[in-house]
Amino acid sequence: MTGPFLKPKRKNPLARTTQPLLPPQARSRKAHGLTLAAATGRFMLQCCGECGRYTYPAREACPNCLSSDLTFRDAPTGGSLLSETRIEVTSDPYFREHMPWRTGLVQLDCGPIVIVHLHGGCGGPGSQLKLSLQLDRAGQAVFFAKPVSETPHMEDDPQWREMTADPKHRRVLITDGRSPLALPMAQALKKAGAARIFVGVADRWKPLDQQALLAAIEGVEFVDLDLTSERSVQELAMDIGAKVEILVNTADHVRPAHLFDAGAANAAREAMDHTVMGLMRLAQAFGPVMRSRGADGAAGAVAWVNVLSVHGLSNVPQFGVHSAAHAACLSLSQWLRTELRPGGVRVINTFTGPLDTEWFQTVPPPKVAPKAVADAVLDGLKRGLEDIYVGDVAKDIEARLFDNPKAVEREAGQ
Amino acid sequence: MVLSRARQSYDGVVLAVPVTVPYQRYSIETAHWWMGKALRALADGAGISHRDFDGFSVASFTMGPDVAVALTQHFGLSPRHIDHVPMGGAAGIVSLRRAARAVQAGDADIVACVAADTNQVDTFRKTLANFSRFAQDASYPYGAGGPNASFALIARHYMDRYGATREDFGKLCVAQRDNALKNPNALMKKPLTLEQYMSARPIAEPFHLFDCVMPCAGAEGFLVMREETAVSLGLPFVRLLSAIERHNAFAEDPVQVRGGWVVDRDELYGMAGSTPGDMDFVQTYDDYAVISMMQFEDLGFCAKGEGPDFVRQHTFTVDGSFPHNTSGGQLSAGQAGAAGGHLGLTEAMRQLLGTAEGTQVKDAKLGLVSGFGMINYDRGLASAAAILARAS
Amino acid sequence: MSGDILGAFAGALASGAVRVVDLTHTLSPDFPVIVMPPELGQSAPFRMERISRYDGGGPAWYWNNLSFGEHTGTHFDAPIHWYTGRDLPLNSVDTLPPADMIAPACVIDCSRQASEDADFLLTVADIVKWEEQHGSIPARSWVLLRTDWSKKSAAAYANLHSDGAHTPGPDAEVMRFLVEERGIIGFGTETIGTDAGQAGHFTPPYPAHHYLHGAGRYGLQCLTNLDRLPPTGAMIVAAPLKIQNGSGSPLRVLALVQERSTR
Repeated sequence: MTGPFLKPKRKNPLARTTQPLLPPQARSRKAHGLTLAAATGRFMLQCCGECGRYTYPAREACPNCLSSDLTFRDAPTGGSLLSETRIEVTSDPYFREHMPWRTGLVQLDCGPIVIVHLHGGCGGPGSQLKLSLQLDRAGQAVFFAKPVSETPHMEDDPQWREMTADPKHRRVLITDGRSPLALPMAQALKKAGAARIFVGVADRWKPLDQQALLAAIEGVEFVDLDLTSERSVQELAMDIGAKVEILVNTADHVRPAHLFDAGAANAAREAMDHTVMGLMRLAQAFGPVMRSRGADGAAGAVAWVNVLSVHGLSNVPQFGVHSAAHAACLSLSQWLRTELRPGGVRVINTFTGPLDTEWFQTVPPPKVAPKAVADAVLDGLKRGLEDIYVGDVAKDIEARLFDNPKAVEREAGQ
Repeated sequence: MVLSRARQSYDGVVLAVPVTVPYQRYSIETAHWWMGKALRALADGAGISHRDFDGFSVASFTMGPDVAVALTQHFGLSPRHIDHVPMGGAAGIVSLRRAARAVQAGDADIVACVAADTNQVDTFRKTLANFSRFAQDASYPYGAGGPNASFALIARHYMDRYGATREDFGKLCVAQRDNALKNPNALMKKPLTLEQYMSARPIAEPFHLFDCVMPCAGAEGFLVMREETAVSLGLPFVRLLSAIERHNAFAEDPVQVRGGWVVDRDELYGMAGSTPGDMDFVQTYDDYAVISMMQFEDLGFCAKGEGPDFVRQHTFTVDGSFPHNTSGGQLSAGQAGAAGGHLGLTEAMRQLLGTAEGTQVKDAKLGLVSGFGMINYDRGLASAAAILARAS
Repeated sequence: MSGDILGAFAGALASGAVRVVDLTHTLSPDFPVIVMPPELGQSAPFRMERISRYDGGGPAWYWNNLSFGEHTGTHFDAPIHWYTGRDLPLNSVDTLPPADMIAPACVIDCSRQASEDADFLLTVADIVKWEEQHGSIPARSWVLLRTDWSKKSAAAYANLHSDGAHTPGPDAEVMRFLVEERGIIGFGTETIGTDAGQAGHFTPPYPAHHYLHGAGRYGLQCLTNLDRLPPTGAMIVAAPLKIQNGSGSPLRVLALVQERSTR
């Protein structure tokens, strides 16, 4: 059974900060089929295209019929526990700091036998379990088994917390308080138990629409943050960099401009400055300190969330500049992901279709309510996802890109 | 499909010169240093030059990046039969079986079978981290408990299914420690009581400290030749009566409860013209007591599931009702990497040559040695066994 | 000595008989800039990014790259800035006659009215009243509107509401009057523009820009320290950057003031 995760005590300033370590990272190339699934919260296993059997661990040929037609397919998540152990001694430095560690051997309902990380609430051998694929602190896919039905404080299991980025008792920075996402994001984070929510606001001399509503949320603190100013970003990091465990980058800059318009280059530069360069400035200021705090207590630095346009994956001409800027953000975020990995800090990209806001006024529905984005981000944090697609448009584009990226390109703007 | 014909006998194949290079808990040397020591002892023991070995079979986890052929230049060998047997605990018997066929066929006259591993400070962790693709993908990232965690899952299941208790495992461990105290080369030199076993710190439930072998550096070796070669060299020898190996048997068992011995054991005893009850001693592969228990069952000393009862009915000491792992086994002598698979063979040879000294089983004429190895993912894949006999 | 004007001036500077007042705000990223409707082009705020600071990027030296719009911080508006001045000769900052960079100033103190009403508008009546006291505004002189707006914090300074900015400035008639009847060289304010915050609703819209630039005159805005100037007698030095075809530029605005007490 899991006890509640209590608010960690203030750190002893004389104690050395525990340096982040990672679980074993080496994987075969095939095994990254599981990474693909885990990144989006899916449960997939290799399945033989000829004999139809699921197989695991990842192979190059089906052990049943030797077909090489093995593809990762969605699989049922149920299984039963065959055996379990509680590891007390390990030669691996990461796990050594997390002993004891419960693992088990599970027979999946679809056939294969898998070694799993076992949730503390699971019963002994014979128990029915629900499995998921999770990304561990190294960003590698692992199986995690939980009880089929909810148990008390289920999300507080210490092994589960290593697989997730739960905001509970963590301090969060929302980078753009002027974004329509800021208010629902702050509300959702508060509900999830975030200890403090810093809300960055640029140009404090301009009125802030949601000021009163944001200020009404307990734990919200406004901070000066202008992503277009290196100094502003650096100064905020100097103040609160070591207090941010989750960074949610809500910055965006949507300005329609035709590629051939005289002012398009200016529009593009402005968009890039707010988004790409903004992300870069944030990364430079907050990246190193977050990476160094990945193991700073039970509620150390854990996640960096970017809210990106799904059109960054494939350009739409109506929002050509916006698409291009978000494509660049995506590329930068992949780089950031690699740089933050040594700290065990995960970078979560949330891809959304057009939001139901002024800048997408002319776009026909379906559009995404800002609250839906906030809820999806929270879900992603709590489940430890890496790529989140919010709303029908984003999900549609995700599926179509998977199927045929050229078709997405040709049909854009039609 | 043509059905397989009966296996040819191992008539005329003998083993000579059992060599153990005394183990060390940690070593600053490489595996090669330990191999060199073993080869030197084999040559000295046979009274010939190592250049006279025209067959060479090696097992090691830590000889990388070298392969077997590289070692021929390293040690000044020029063999016409060469083998690298990276099969952990099954390597000894697999080496022996292949060497036997080579000398029978005239592909070689004298095959030096050597297993050696070093144990530098970080060797064990590195070996675990890079053990196999499946281990890397699917077991090591789960707590990195290594074989302790993997076999703990097998042991827990075995206990649940067949009613084995920690006391049963403890009995085997304590008996082996008793044996080890008579073996000057054993690393463990203090007596072990069941109380100490039971109260030791947990490692990976149900395993506690004394369930686990101690990784160390060391080497084992022996020579395989035809009887006439041994006679011409004036070497005492033991006979190989039969040998089997089997890999990835019973893949359909959800959790490992048996090894490949079951598939081939009738042939094992048939070729040797003996039964389990004829054995004067048994050397099982004892990385964990539960695996020894499985071998008692799978090699026919008792039925499946009766392992716990079998353990309760016997003593396993050198002078007891079922002499078992008379050197102390890996649990008490130490596990020198791949040499752990050869340990049972050299000890069995000494028993049958009458040179086992403190651990000598009285009138030992026939002995069984079993090997097991390579927990590639969730189970040990390789199993092997051999029956050896006194020369006359 | 009357033949050596600059020598006497140097002596006056050295003795303190003439003091130099800096009418310029510090250029910093936080200083408000004009806000246009978001779908329109925007003036870039002042930004400074480091090239090196005695580090790997330059071991012994410190320097930065700057970026900003022409109309950032304390800045100068050239006639080309407004459509009414687009066809005039010498209408950009690079062609600005150097002699126009130094001119006397008349300071109209409306700080009391502005403190009572953010939408205070300067009218011809205010000028008439000022001239009764200080004499007629001489041609080719700057008229500087003192509102003490420069003393406000950033948000109050921009004073943005849902219907736009509310800041003081001139009405349309007074601008026409100053330009056409008095022939001033330019008009300067403490607020973000030479026009009032609501001047888009005037006829013509943005009358300061309309009349000043249409007649080849100049604007100065975001001035500070106007309270340290006498109503008349100050000499303004305002030399914008020589930017090719530039419509304006941030600049250092200095006022030379003769100390009356030392006379």
